[in-house]
Amino acid sequence: MPETSSYAKAVGAALRLLLTEDPRVFLAGEDIGIYGGAFGITDGLVQEFGEDRVRDTPISEEVIVGLGVGAAITGLRPVVEVQFFDFIVNAMDPLVNQAAKLHFMYGGHVDVPMVVRAAGGGGTGAAQHSQSLEAWFAHVPGLKVVLPATPQDAHDLLLASVLDPNPVVFVEHKLLYKTEGPFESRARIADTPARIGEAKVVRHGTDLTIAAYSIMTVKALEAAKRLADAGIDAEVVDLRTVRPLDIETVRGSVRKTGRLLVGHEAPTAVGVGAEVVAGVVESDALDYLLAPVRRVCGRDNPMPYAKELERATIPQVDDIERSAKELMNA
Amino acid sequence: MSMARMDPTDAAQAADVLKGMWSIRIFEEAVEELFSRGLLHGTMHLTIGQEAVAVGVCDALDEGDFITSTHRGHGHALAHGADPERMLAELLMKDTGYCRGRGGSMHIADVDSGNLGANGIVAGSMTIATGAALSQRLQETGKVVACFFGDGAANEGAFHEALNLASIWSLPVVFACENNQYGMSMAQEKSTAGGSVANRASAYGMPGVQVDGNDVVAVFEHSKEAVERARSGEGPSLLEFVTYRYRGHSKSDRNLYRTQQEIDEWRTTKDPLMLYEQRLRSLAWLGDGDIAAVQAAARERIRAAVAAAYKAPPALVDDLEGATYA
Ligand SMILES: Cc1ncc(C[n+]2csc(CCOP(=O)(O)OP(=O)(O)O)c2C)c(N)n1
Repeated sequence: MPETSSYAKAVGAALRLLLTEDPRVFLAGEDIGIYGGAFGITDGLVQEFGEDRVRDTPISEEVIVGLGVGAAITGLRPVVEVQFFDFIVNAMDPLVNQAAKLHFMYGGHVDVPMVVRAAGGGGTGAAQHSQSLEAWFAHVPGLKVVLPATPQDAHDLLLASVLDPNPVVFVEHKLLYKTEGPFESRARIADTPARIGEAKVVRHGTDLTIAAYSIMTVKALEAAKRLADAGIDAEVVDLRTVRPLDIETVRGSVRKTGRLLVGHEAPTAVGVGAEVVAGVVESDALDYLLAPVRRVCGRDNPMPYAKELERATIPQVDDIERSAKELMNA
Repeated sequence: MSMARMDPTDAAQAADVLKGMWSIRIFEEAVEELFSRGLLHGTMHLTIGQEAVAVGVCDALDEGDFITSTHRGHGHALAHGADPERMLAELLMKDTGYCRGRGGSMHIADVDSGNLGANGIVAGSMTIATGAALSQRLQETGKVVACFFGDGAANEGAFHEALNLASIWSLPVVFACENNQYGMSMAQEKSTAGGSVANRASAYGMPGVQVDGNDVVAVFEHSKEAVERARSGEGPSLLEFVTYRYRGHSKSDRNLYRTQQEIDEWRTTKDPLMLYEQRLRSLAWLGDGDIAAVQAAARERIRAAVAAAYKAPPALVDDLEGATYA
C-alpha cells in the first residue's frame, strides 16, 4: 500500500473500490472509458469493469445527470461525471429541480443517492472552463456539496458521498490532481472515516483562524508557514463540505484565536465566505473577535484567459499572507 | 442572387481560396509550436485537416453575414476574415488580442466583422445563432447566420431546441455540422442515433444533407444553396460535412480511441488541401509554381503575424471587475 498518492489517483482508487464492492455503483460520463476521463481519473476502469459499469456517454449533460436521478431512485448508486464543473450548468434542471427535491417533495418516500463529480477551479484558461460554482449548489436545499483539498480527503469523502442517501455535488480541483499527499486506500467502503458536513482543523494555531476549502486550504497552509516565520501562529480550518457547513468548528476556532479570515477561489460576492462570516457573527463567537473579519476570495469578474490576469483573479498565497498580517495589525 | 465572397469554382479566385486554406493550416501549426514552447495558457483545439469546411462555408456567405463558432474555432475565424495577428495576440495573452487577453483560444470573437464568437460550451452557440437569425429577420437586414458545431454537439439538448425553433420560425440560419467523426474520444457512430446528424433534419422539417467536408467545392456549393434558401426566407438547413481531425482533441489526448492507420489514411488520401490542389492542377488553373507561391504567401502572412503579435504589449490586470459590466 503506497504511503503517498496523487489526488487524482486517490479519486481513481475510490472509484475502483466502489465498483469492486458495490454492484449498485456504476459510472457514466463523457470520455470516461477508453480515454480515461478528461483528467485521467477513470484510467483503466473500463478495462477492469466493462462498459456496462463504466459508461461512455454522448455529450449530453442533462441526460447524464438525469439518468443518475432515475437510476438512484430505483435502487442503483450512480456516480456520474460532467467533466468540467462549468458544464453542470447544462444539467441544472435534473440537479436543482429534480435531484434536490424528490426526497422532500415525495414525502420522504424516495432517496436520491447520486454523486455528480466535476473538476472545478482555475487553471484551464478562461471563462467557461475555470469556474467555481459551488455557492450556487450550496444554496439549494436538498443538495450536499463537497470539495476535498487532499488526496486522503478526496478518497474518503468520495466514499462517504456514495454512502450518503442524498445527491452530492463532488468538486475536485483540477490544479490539485497532481498534488501528492499522505494516503491510505480504504479496504472497504464502510471503512471511510470521513463524514459529510465535518470541517477539520488542519493546522492548530492561536493568533487567527483561516477558514478555507479545496485548493485554498492548500494555499492557506502555505501562507501559515510563512506567517509562522513572521511570528504569527495561524489556525487553518478546512471546511471540506460547504453544504452542510460545519460552522461550529469555525466558531470554536474563532473563540480561540479571536480573528477570522475566510478564503475561497470563487468570486467574493454572495459566496460561501459570506455564509461563514454570518455563521460566526450571529453566534457568541462574535464576542471573541478582536478585529473585523476578512474575506480573501476571488475577484468579482469572470475568469480571464491570460495567466497574469487569472493569477490576479484568484487569491494567491501572498494575498492570504498579506491579509493575515493586516488583520493582526488591525 | 447573392454574391459569395470567394468562389472555389472560379479560376480567377482559386488561388485566394487555396491561400485561405493554407493560412489556416499554417496558423494552426504555428499555434501548436507556440503551445509546445509554453507560450500559451490552458489548452487548445486544432482544426488541422478540417480547413475545407471553414473556407467553403464562409466563402458562401456575403460580406457582413454572421458566423458562430466552436471551441475548435481558429479556422472559422480566419475564414470569416479575422486578422491572424490579432488572433495570435489573443493566444499570446496580449492587450491587442481580439479579447484583450481575457478570452483566449476558445473565445475569439470579432463582432464587427460578423464573427459572434467561439464558444467553450459544446452546442452553446446553437441557440445564440438562432437568436442572431431572429434578429436579422426582425431588423430586416437580409443577413444570414452560419452556425458551426461538431457532430458531438448534435447530442446536446441545445441542438434540438435550436433546430426546432429555427424551423418553426423559418429563421435565416445555416446549421453547419463539422463531423470530424469524434467528439473527444466518442466515435460518431456510437454517439449518434438515427445514422447521421443530417438525418435529424427531417424531424425538424428542414433539408438535411451529408457532404464530403474535405472537398471545398462541394462544401461551398451546398452552403451557397443553404445560404440562399435562408436569405430568401425559406428557413434553416442542416449541412453535415464529413471530415477528419489529424491532431488529438486537445493537447492532453493520447489518441487511444483510434488507430494511427486511420489517421494516416485520411492524411494521405483525403487531405482537403491536396484534393483542391489536384483539382486546380487538373483544370490547369494553377501549376506547381503557382501553388508553391500560394503556400509561400500564406506562410509569410502567418510568420509576419506571429512576429508582430509577439511584440505586442501584454494584457492588463487592472480593473477586471470594471471590465465585467457594460
Ligand atoms: C457542454 C460541454 N460539455 C462538454 C465539453 C467538453 N468538450 C469540449 S469539446 C468536446 C467534444 C466536442 O465534440 P464535437 O462537437 O464533435 O466537436 P469537435 O471537438 O469534434 O470539433 C467535449 C466533450 C464542453 N466543452 N462543453
